[in-house]
Amino acid sequence: MTGMRRRTALKVLAGGVGASALRPAQALEQPAYPDAVGLLYDSTRCIGCRACVTWCKRANELPDDEMNINGVPYNAPVDLSSTTKNIIRVAKDGDHTAFVKGGCMHCTEPACVNACMIGALKKNPTTGVVAYNVDLCVGCRYCQVVCPFNVPKFTWHSAFNSRIVKCELCRHLPEGPACARVCPRQAIVTGKVTELKAEARRRLSAQPAAYHPQVYGEREAGGTQVLYLAPAAMPPDKLGLPNVGDAPIPTLSHEIHGGIYKAGIAPVALYAAFAFVTWKNRRSQAAGSGKEEGHK
Amino acid sequence: MSETAARPIGGRIVTPFFLFLLALWALGTVAGLQRWFGGLGAATAMSDGYPWGIWIALDVVVGTALACGGYAVALLVYIFNRGQYHPLVRPALLTSALGYSTAAVAIAFDVGRYWGLWKVPFYVGSWNLRSALLEVALCVMSYIVVLWVEVSPAFLERFRDGKNEGLRRLAESVGPRLERALPFIIALGLLLPTMHQSSLGSIWLLAASKLHRLWLTPWLPFLFLVSCIAMGYAMVVIEHTFAARAFRLRQETQMLGRIGLAAAWMVVVYLVVRIVDVVWRGQFQAIFSSGRFSFLFLAETALWVAAAALLFSRRTRADAGQQLRAAFLLIAAGVLYRFNTYLFAFQPGYGWTYFPSVQEIVITFGLVATETMAFLVIVKKFPFLGGVPAR
Repeated sequence: MTGMRRRTALKVLAGGVGASALRPAQALEQPAYPDAVGLLYDSTRCIGCRACVTWCKRANELPDDEMNINGVPYNAPVDLSSTTKNIIRVAKDGDHTAFVKGGCMHCTEPACVNACMIGALKKNPTTGVVAYNVDLCVGCRYCQVVCPFNVPKFTWHSAFNSRIVKCELCRHLPEGPACARVCPRQAIVTGKVTELKAEARRRLSAQPAAYHPQVYGEREAGGTQVLYLAPAAMPPDKLGLPNVGDAPIPTLSHEIHGGIYKAGIAPVALYAAFAFVTWKNRRSQAAGSGKEEGHK
Repeated sequence: MSETAARPIGGRIVTPFFLFLLALWALGTVAGLQRWFGGLGAATAMSDGYPWGIWIALDVVVGTALACGGYAVALLVYIFNRGQYHPLVRPALLTSALGYSTAAVAIAFDVGRYWGLWKVPFYVGSWNLRSALLEVALCVMSYIVVLWVEVSPAFLERFRDGKNEGLRRLAESVGPRLERALPFIIALGLLLPTMHQSSLGSIWLLAASKLHRLWLTPWLPFLFLVSCIAMGYAMVVIEHTFAARAFRLRQETQMLGRIGLAAAWMVVVYLVVRIVDVVWRGQFQAIFSSGRFSFLFLAETALWVAAAALLFSRRTRADAGQQLRAAFLLIAAGVLYRFNTYLFAFQPGYGWTYFPSVQEIVITFGLVATETMAFLVIVKKFPFLGGVPAR
């Protein structure tokens, strides 16, 4: 029926289904970010002082999240929001507790960047930072829908200055991310991702008993530029880090949607087929009904 | 569109029903002001966990699927060469044009930075071709233009026979040229919905980590496409049955019965793919072991099956009332499938919940009321209905 498009779609879909639909990635053509920068967050070192949360707000000119308790005002952000790009949460599992940082993971293959219609969210080609350009944002919030870490936040209470808010690794500051700069325990360190991975390994081998062996973010969702070390007693899932698998989130979309529209061939072919069949059928219908089409 | 026996229905514009619609429009406008001046948070229940609510799920996704009558009938007439359905094309295209235009207004309400929407079609160099949403946006925008061009012959006919000299001359000069270009415009009117209705499903391929596994499948675009065509046929049945009753036109039970059959076959294709896909992906167990998701999946499937069974039955093909019930069942199935994908099977985590605010509902009603008023005015003043030749 719908000719070319159906056939192309079927071929692509059959391919996708054939090997069990949600199988891990065959490499998307991965752009290399040789100078990728990121963060390493070490939950075993974090004492929950939240200096990083406060200084993140200062560095990004975000207002305090004021909370009044018994008439006393506190700056007490409770989660990532349009005024908080970085948060320290407490994770509990039985008798064990640990702190865990929340914020943008700066994925190597980010779903949000794949989602964004005209590139308001883009990866910096050298640093790999997922950066936001408000001038290209229409506020559709598709990035929020697709982010597996629920990171992008929207300014719900702004009528004329709505925007997406998320960590951009203090790309506006020459000295780098404020959170890492103020951390008194090197629970957050910044640097090139290659160095951060080496540092994570160093910490793991120096105190293997203290840590869960997995470096969260090394493989998750195709790799992220923010890495996590978890305490031995509190593996990543207990810290509340989502189990997103190793495939980049856009894999399925890229295979199916990208496959159907590869080089724009299917739409052009389908259009040609539609136009030809319509033209032919209209002629035969006009002849069949024995009257001149159009104007009498 | 060639000429048909379609004629303006005539009659008074301002009826009690019209005043009721006007009241709904006014209510929606009041709620709209709150959204425009207070921001989305002031008027809606959407949140960082549920960034899309009923304005997207209902007004845009369901709304455009219900507006697929023009697409579905055009496929039948122009691609499958069933000229006998030609009289159905014109009214179906009108409701499609109105439905898609309404969805566009809903999008303007929904996006946070509506003043930047114009950049989407014009910032060609910035287009992210990987984004299914970009494709939906571009196709919907172009399709609205195509739809109004496709229905324009009806307006031109009226102008040509009217008293206004300027409009008459315009109609006489534009008309023939439009007629020659029409096959290429019609083909565009077939291509664009094929693309964006399937992409409305593809949008969710990217939310792989958040969509329940009974709905997350590589076949999303196919399922959205096939189901929108079925819904398009069902809408044609509903519109014609209502129009025949409201305006005392001939009830074309036989023809609508055959349209219903086309819808039923689309449902069969949809169901086979839907079920085989779930089994193939090894999710058969999940149909029964997923709590409320099991219920939603089974409810959705039961509605499709019931609608198809009813449409296939011999009695339905001769019974206008039965046709209407079957068409409504099919619409219910398509609506539930879209709501499931866009809201109910979406799992943002962290205990986020969503139930639409009063304003979201009131604005939705206001949009539908506006669309209905436009429809009534147009069919009363311009030749769209009653084109089915008496036999």
